[in-house]
Amino acid sequence: MSLLAVENLTVAFPGHVAVREVSFAIEPGETLALVGESGCGKSVTAFSMMRLLPPNARVVTGRILLDGADLMAASPAEMREVRGKKISLIQQEPMTSLNPVLSIGTQIGEVIRRHEKVSRRTARARCIELLDLVSIPDAHRRIDDYPHNLSGGMRQRVMIAMAVACGPKLLIADEPTTALDVTTQAQVLDLLDDLRRRLSMAVLLITHDLGVVAQWADRINVMYAGRIVEQAAIRPFFAQPMHPYSRGLLGARVDVDADEHYSASRLSEIPGSVGSAAGEAGCPFAPRCPMVETSCRVVPPSLLAFEAGRRVACPVSLQAVTLEAARHG
Amino acid sequence: MAEPLLSVRDLHTRYAVGKQVLRAVDGVSFEVGRGETVGLVGESGCGKSTLGKTVLRLVPSVEGAIVLDGADITRLGDGAMAQHRRRMQMIFQDPFGSLNPRQTIRTVLDTALKVHRQGDRAERRRRMTEIVERVGLPADALDRYPHEFSGGQRQRIGIARALVLRPALIVCDEPVSALDVSIQAQILNLLVDLKRDLGLSYLFISHDLSVVRYFADRVLVMYLGRIVESASHATLWRDPRHPYTKALFAALPSTDPTHKRGAPPIKGELTTDLSSGCRFCSRCPAATDRCRSEEPLLRSVGEGHHAACHYA
Amino acid sequence: MSVQAEKLADKLADAKLADVGNRAAAPRKGRRLRAFLRNPTFVAGVIILSFFVLLALFADVLFPGDPLDMVGPPVLWPGENAEFPLGTDSLGRDVLAGLVHGARASLLVGLSAAAIGLAIGMVVGAAAGFFGGWIDTLLMRVVELFQTTPTFLLVVVIVAIGEPTMQTIALAIGIASWPTVARLVRAQFRSLREADFVMAARSLGYSNLRIIAQEILPNALPPVIVAASVMIANAILTEAGLSFLNMRDPNLVSWGGMIGAGRDLLRTAWFLTALPGVAIAAAVLSLNLVGDGLNEILNPRSEP
Repeated sequence: MSLLAVENLTVAFPGHVAVREVSFAIEPGETLALVGESGCGKSVTAFSMMRLLPPNARVVTGRILLDGADLMAASPAEMREVRGKKISLIQQEPMTSLNPVLSIGTQIGEVIRRHEKVSRRTARARCIELLDLVSIPDAHRRIDDYPHNLSGGMRQRVMIAMAVACGPKLLIADEPTTALDVTTQAQVLDLLDDLRRRLSMAVLLITHDLGVVAQWADRINVMYAGRIVEQAAIRPFFAQPMHPYSRGLLGARVDVDADEHYSASRLSEIPGSVGSAAGEAGCPFAPRCPMVETSCRVVPPSLLAFEAGRRVACPVSLQAVTLEAARHG
Repeated sequence: MAEPLLSVRDLHTRYAVGKQVLRAVDGVSFEVGRGETVGLVGESGCGKSTLGKTVLRLVPSVEGAIVLDGADITRLGDGAMAQHRRRMQMIFQDPFGSLNPRQTIRTVLDTALKVHRQGDRAERRRRMTEIVERVGLPADALDRYPHEFSGGQRQRIGIARALVLRPALIVCDEPVSALDVSIQAQILNLLVDLKRDLGLSYLFISHDLSVVRYFADRVLVMYLGRIVESASHATLWRDPRHPYTKALFAALPSTDPTHKRGAPPIKGELTTDLSSGCRFCSRCPAATDRCRSEEPLLRSVGEGHHAACHYA
Repeated sequence: MSVQAEKLADKLADAKLADVGNRAAAPRKGRRLRAFLRNPTFVAGVIILSFFVLLALFADVLFPGDPLDMVGPPVLWPGENAEFPLGTDSLGRDVLAGLVHGARASLLVGLSAAAIGLAIGMVVGAAAGFFGGWIDTLLMRVVELFQTTPTFLLVVVIVAIGEPTMQTIALAIGIASWPTVARLVRAQFRSLREADFVMAARSLGYSNLRIIAQEILPNALPPVIVAASVMIANAILTEAGLSFLNMRDPNLVSWGGMIGAGRDLLRTAWFLTALPGVAIAAAVLSLNLVGDGLNEILNPRSEP
């Protein structure tokens, strides 16, 4: 059984629908990437899983099954037990996610004591272990530091320590390295990967960076305008992205490996912006899509199975790929 | 050799942070040729943004010289500086914060033209329409407010504002890093087109080495207020000499999952500890005693290739 | 949890902002007006306030003649005589006429005091915040000097030096209240002067005056407007306090003056103090409601 399954989730805000009919599952111990641009609904999906949506949001349909139990039906008290203990969250901005007037030891200790009946002293000892675990040097001295004494990367390590303090089964990392420098990013993502193995937890990695996905995730879900448009394992995805949006995203990225220069080649761009989708009846990507056909503008395509573990919400592209394969083989 | 458009010599900028003095730019020299794009890359806090603003005289320098088009503008007063302002402009990172929320696009552009006494009303209107079209905005954009536009479109407005006075040099401070990937490519392509059509020179500041390598003719790598390596884009890519440059390249995640990443190349983070010796030595995997005691100077390591490392 | 929810709300707001790009924009003014009308606090405040403003404007029409004239028998209770629905005071003056004319005096003092305070405060705050350095240090020392003196005491001293006329009272209250505005404007200018769009204005070679007036000030105004409504309310209260201490313009009726005059009969004819007290409370409340409403509406985050 999957660790966590999101089934047919639709979340609406006054005036717009942020997440539409999203379904996916996370297996124990894997890293699943949720990829998309700002406003695509990836963060709303994550916050729904924690039941931390803002008050003006409304879950229209959908279930979120954690070990078979529906979180949408859980009481607030039950949810508080889930948060931090079974599912925990780290966010993009380590500057504002920590309370500036409390020492990091106090803040991590609070999380431990919130979920487990342990003495202050035990909590402190655990806290030092955790800081060690996230590779903060001199943990026994650092524990009394305040957030402003720490660099951005160190703060993110503290956030990770807090998140894994009670051994969650699932860690949601919402753009964990976007605010960090590239050399720090590699360190933090390696740390997350290492912790995932050692603590046998699953990671839901929310990011817009396909390079991060290629290097640190096992499977990928691509979101566009509130919908999942492609689900795949990492290798097949990067070998052959199937949805036109996935292809566009990969093509628009300046890659380290590709020897491109402006004097020789133009970057391929996706025309228009996400806003172009507003008010469209059919596929949300249709106004920007290079392969668009008239049928695309009628109903939004649902996810179609292509091969094991791979689903794509684009019949046009699927057909093209199938034809191509038939011609070659 | 032709005179460069911009020449910066031994520039120093300092900030007072409480009682401490932060040497944000600490002895930087470089040139930007006519029609050239110079990329400036480094991590946050390395002083690259301050350098850009110092060059534009938005932040005061304490030492050194800034020469634009043969004129030393380092110490010019506001009045004398005004005429040079027209020749160099800036594109900002944040498409939301860089536009006054209470002004229409027409006000933004028209004020710039009026302040610099460019043409009569009809001429100004013509130039505004022209520039708005040139950066790929709809014609009715002029009478709208910034909040009515998406991030990518706002960045186009920022570009229009920078270009409306027909400058020669544009300092681009992380112009695409706040934008979505699909929009980044649009903006970068636009900047390339504008450079070609208008013969612009860019000082392109970014933390993203892959973007800089694509976009720049020559790349400067900055670390803690100093330039540690400078080379043409091809040379830097083929043969990076400074360990920091190598680390930056190694840290970039590849979109090829079969291309396995190695261990993180360097440990720790940017510090502000400026003791004697090489600034990078606390993080350098190859640091020796010499590095800790003797500061390496930028020296030639090949044709048009400079690095500040004893072992480069 | 609420912090996270808020952050998400912010994120979503940003995302929504990014979305509006291609949609044709509704006229900005119309949208503004609707935002005002949708805010119940603001509407309630405006209704009460307009009631007082109308009273003040039409005082001479509603109650011609000097409200200080004795027109009936002393100390009539409200309802006792149909000619004086709210009764008369110890000198036989019509209480209702006094209240209506008092609205004029109170609002006038409030407005002019706030205007004086705003004018001084904005100039000082803008200069200190924009230029920083020694100008800031110097001006802020002056502000502190004023702020360490109790406001009411300062007003009392100034009025005691001059004649207790309406003009002196308004001036005194204005002088005592500008430091708050100065601090507010200074804080706004300090953060806005670092904004990228101000950087851009400087890189375009704009003069300081243009940057202050055209780029920063319009963005700094919303909290100042909110503060202004509270300043008017405070000025009305201060004037009432002065009148109570008999430091009032002898030729004008004001609510505070009426309370002061009714003080002696507090046990026997409490309505003489209660009625103008209610008027002051209602006016101050309405101004605060307007202020709160403005605060919500002018907050740039909630801007459509």
